[in-house]
Order: sequence, then C-alpha cells, then structure tokens
Amino acid sequence: MARPMQVSRYWRHFREKYRLIGGKCENGHVHFPKREVCPVCGSRNVEEYEFSGKGKVISWTIVRNPPSGFEYYKPYPLALVQLEEGPVVLAQLTDVDPEEIDFGMEVEVVTKKIREFEEDGIILYGYKFRPLVK
Amino acid sequence: MRKAVIIGAGMTPVGEHWKLGLRDLAVEALLNAMDDAGIDKVDSLYVGNMASGSFVEQENLGALIADWAGLGNIPAVKIEAACASGGAAVQEGVKAVLSGLEDVVAVVGVEKMMDAWPSDATRYLAYAADAEWELFHGVSFVALNALVMRYYMKAYGYTEEDLALFAVNAHINGTKNPYAMFKKPIKVETVLKSPYIADPLKLFDASPVCDGAASVIITTPEKAKELGIPKEKWVEVAGMGRAIDTINLANREDLLTLKAAKVAAERAYRMAGVTAKDIDFFEVHDAFTIMAALSLEALGVAERGKGAQLAKEGQIAIDADYPIQTMGGLKARGHPVGATGVYQTVEAVLQLRGEAPSQVPDAEIGLTQNIGGTGSNITVSIFRRV
Repeated sequence: MARPMQVSRYWRHFREKYRLIGGKCENGHVHFPKREVCPVCGSRNVEEYEFSGKGKVISWTIVRNPPSGFEYYKPYPLALVQLEEGPVVLAQLTDVDPEEIDFGMEVEVVTKKIREFEEDGIILYGYKFRPLVK
Repeated sequence: MRKAVIIGAGMTPVGEHWKLGLRDLAVEALLNAMDDAGIDKVDSLYVGNMASGSFVEQENLGALIADWAGLGNIPAVKIEAACASGGAAVQEGVKAVLSGLEDVVAVVGVEKMMDAWPSDATRYLAYAADAEWELFHGVSFVALNALVMRYYMKAYGYTEEDLALFAVNAHINGTKNPYAMFKKPIKVETVLKSPYIADPLKLFDASPVCDGAASVIITTPEKAKELGIPKEKWVEVAGMGRAIDTINLANREDLLTLKAAKVAAERAYRMAGVTAKDIDFFEVHDAFTIMAALSLEALGVAERGKGAQLAKEGQIAIDADYPIQTMGGLKARGHPVGATGVYQTVEAVLQLRGEAPSQVPDAEIGLTQNIGGTGSNITVSIFRRV
C-alpha cells in the first residue's frame, strides 16, 4: 500500500470528498457519489451537485477490528447518514461520545484526516460527520 | 433444452489447514469429487475463488489447479463474485453443460485465508465493498453488516438475542458434520457474551475466517448414463438465478431488502417450476446472523420483517418446516469465502441423495443461496432428487 502511484488514486476524488459533491441528473434526481448514469432514471445527463452536508444518522456501528491500515484509529464510529437532500452516505463520525450516538441524531459534514500510511506515505483527508454545532 | 445433473461431490474439512496450501486443498476436493463420480477426466474446470491474489499471491487458478490435478490441456478459469464466487462458479459450470459446448464439467471452490495476517484478511474481505467510497472510510465487512443489523433490529423491534438464534441453530447442525469447522453446540448466552466486533454485531454472529475447498462434477443425464454413473448419485440442477445490487450499501433503495436475492430467487423458482413452499431445505448465506434473516425474507420463505421471527418460532430446525444450514451453514461449517457456494452445493447433493449426516427427512428439493458483498452479488440455485 501507499506506493507513490497510489497518490493519483486519491487525488482524483479530492473535490468530491472535500466539498461533498455528488450528481444531479436532468430530471432532478440527486445521488452521491456522482455517477455517469443516474441510478434512478438512467439519464446520462448528470451534473455536479454540492450537498449541504447536513443530515441524520440512520444507523451506526463501532469498528473494533478494523482492516489493516486502520488499526491505529480503533475503535471508531462509522455511520450511515441520510443527507437532507435524500441520499445516504457512509462515513465515520467524529467529535462524538459513542454513547451519545442515536437514531436521527443531527450531524454535519467536516473535513478530517482519514488515515496516514507509513512515515513517508501520503495522508488521506476526507469527509466525516460530527454532531450539528448549533 | 439439455438438463444438467451433478454426478460427483467432494470436499475437504473446513478449518485452519496450516499444513496444506491452496493448491493442495483444491486438488484434494476436486479428486474427491471425481472419485465420487468414478471418472478420471473432465472437459473443463471452473474455479470459484474470491481473493487468492491478496491472500496467497496466486492468481491464474484455472491453470494451477487443472495442472496439479493432472487434467491435461483443458479450458480452466477462475470465476469471481466476492463471497458468491463458489455459487457463481457452479452456475457457470451448469451453463457450460446446458450450452452443449462441454459435456463433463468440474467445479471447485477454494479459499486459503489463514495464511494472511488477521487484519490483512479483514482488509482483503473488504475489497468486495466499494474501494473508493466504503473501504476508504475504514469499513470492514463486519461493520457494514452491523449497520444493517442495527437498522433491522430498530425497524422490527428485534433484539440481539433474537438474531443469536440463527447461530445457535447453525451450531446444532454443525455438530454432526465431520467436515464442519465448529462441531460444538452453543447457547444464546454464548453469542451474547462474545465480544463486539462492530456493535451490535458480536463474534458469534459472524462466520469464521478459515480454509477449505469443495467440488462438484456436472454433466447431462444422457452422458451420466453413458458413463455408467449409478442413478443414486444423480442430483438434478432444477433452476438457477443470479443478480447484482448496488455495490455501495449506502446506495440501496431499501437497506432491508436483499433485492439481488429476490430477483435471483424469482428466476430460479421459475426455471425449476416451484415456489418457496416446495423447498425442503435452504442453505442460506449466514455469513452474519442478520444475513440469514434477510435471506429468508428475500427468498419468500418469510414475509418482510419476519425472517428472525421464523427462528424464534423454531421453524428453521432440521425437523421443522423450513430447515436451514443443515450441515452447519457458514457459521459452524465455516466460510472459506470463494469455496462457500460449492460447499452449499455439495451439502444439497448429500441431502438429496439421503447421505447427509443430519438428514432432512425425505428431502426432494433443496435451495442454496450465496451472497457476495453486502448483498451486491447473489446466486440462488435449486436442486432436485432424481
């Protein structure tokens, strides 16, 4: 993992991951992540669509036995968040006491470090969700 | 249309095979199946395997296994559909026979997982998820299933105890299976006291990482007669279906419907001319207890939200109305991922021949269902006693 050529693999999704950009087709169907073909109606006329980043937790878990590369961060909460625009996004929760996580908890997107590789490797950033700061 | 019958079945015990490598396991199962049929050559080989490249740095399994089994210069390929690779390989073998291009086909499912470091094995299994949009965030397969499990429990009011019943049932049936990894019965408390891997999913809700290989030989009734295979060995492939769903769990239209299983089952039932009511036993993909519940619903055995209810009512036991996991299922027999669908097929063959260690009385029709990903690639096959 994390050999130099991996950089482009992550770099090509920077915008989508830092701005939570998905797709919206000509018939108004929004989805995340953005696809070439609308998953609802099959339209190939899909444009970028930036989500508000606000949503609610519909399910969650605590990852205690992570895949290699994520051991350092365990345990960490992972959730399915339904965005206010409709689509569901999978991401980690952050800045939250695991005991406080509940169905319907309001959350907002935040850009955070996802993981590091070896000492000389790249550092991955992306979206996580935290309890809504009012 | 031609018909397909299975004339040979073989397997290795499932477990931690420290002394055997991938090729040893695959060749042993394959030769067992050929010996069972009483044949010494086949027209082609289909290998079901999920992740040999990651687990043991070996791809090109068709060539490797056909070569080491001494099968000569036959066509041989690997079929990959994540954890449904075995089920898919069986179906590709059947299709080859039904097409008329090949008469006697061997299928072997194999996975060698124990050579990998545990957290690496967790990573390789997660390669069946969406690499950029799921694995990127640190998911494990257990975690994805835990998300579904919590959602299911909330939607229908089930408890962790309710789902544990699937693991208890699997272990009861596994006690009699000499090939099973776990042959000890467990209690609901055993499941509840096991540690959380991804809350609310516990160690004993999950099938184990392990090694194993299973194999079947497929041909036509005409060819079976010509080869002099006794009819007691024959089991008809009556129907099959396969379908995909979104690879990304979050993109599902409905988290609690295994749409791919539903579509695949409808096709298989139609081809076999049967309904769920006609099936005598179900080998469903209980990689996690929640998947057993959702599978029973998708296959039309239980209504939506009632899958776990079947377990609570005791209807999934070997002598009940809807026996499942008759030889331990993934939970107790073990889940060597790419081999599992072929193990299920071998078990269905043994049940329908009346040779199973925990026999379903008078079994005539059996169903196997094999899930890849979080329900993203599913096979359903129906077998009938000849």
